[in-house]
Amino acid sequence: MLLALAATALVALALLSDLIVPRAEQSWQRLRARRKKVPTLVYDPGRERRAESRARSLLRSCVNEEEWAMYRDLGLLRVWGKQAEGPDEDSGTGGVAYAYLIYPHRPIVAYLPQTRRLLGEYCIAFPDETRPYGSVRLPDSDDVLAKWMALTGDERRLIATANMHLPGRQLDPNRVKRDLWRLAQWERRWMRQAAEQVVPTQADAAG
Amino acid sequence: MKPGFGEVMIAEGDIEVSDDEARLVEEFRRQLDAGLWAAVPLAGPQGRRESRMVQAFEDIPRDAERVIFFPRAAGGR
Repeated sequence: MLLALAATALVALALLSDLIVPRAEQSWQRLRARRKKVPTLVYDPGRERRAESRARSLLRSCVNEEEWAMYRDLGLLRVWGKQAEGPDEDSGTGGVAYAYLIYPHRPIVAYLPQTRRLLGEYCIAFPDETRPYGSVRLPDSDDVLAKWMALTGDERRLIATANMHLPGRQLDPNRVKRDLWRLAQWERRWMRQAAEQVVPTQADAAG
Repeated sequence: MKPGFGEVMIAEGDIEVSDDEARLVEEFRRQLDAGLWAAVPLAGPQGRRESRMVQAFEDIPRDAERVIFFPRAAGGR
């Protein structure tokens, strides 16, 4: 009797092995995968802030005092254009002075300071394809500095690289004109402060 | 300049010391080969500042304090 039961059990086990063995293997692999140590990247919430802090220091060391104050107070930088006929063939200025507004991670805006007419938006990016730190975006102030260096160092090449669009594609023209008004107000204050600093010095020299 | 990190010191040395110069030249070429742009910040007349884009080590002014490498510009959206 016992022998018959044992034989039946063995036959049943043999028949069910096709079902049991793969499941047992899967369970074993799942268990091993769960116990395997996987290196994890710990998110550091202060990393971006520290990067931006370093970037601001670097920007400050490269631009002059007025430009730094402009960026600190207004969040933008103005760079004067140097091409005789304007930034590109489509935006010919006829020799009139023009300038650019640099915003972090926004298009560069070319405009005529005398009339505040907007000439165009130049979309440019500085992507780091190696993604060493999980992001392709430079810190804000590094993006501004990269645009400033490329514009003052080789304006023609930067503008040729950029995708040019008519004003208003990404930046609201009203917002840009408001920024130009803020810039004009800021420059008046800056000049006044500079004059106030010069006058006592001259008075001291005379006295 | 590195995303998520800001400014990173790559190499430093005295250009007048031959070993240092060789190391700086090698690092300069490595960065340009990696596709980065290089610029030297300069002080212009009347307090104005500007930069000079450099494509060869010989283009760097001998008295330059630093060269800044940054990702190559590309047309954005």
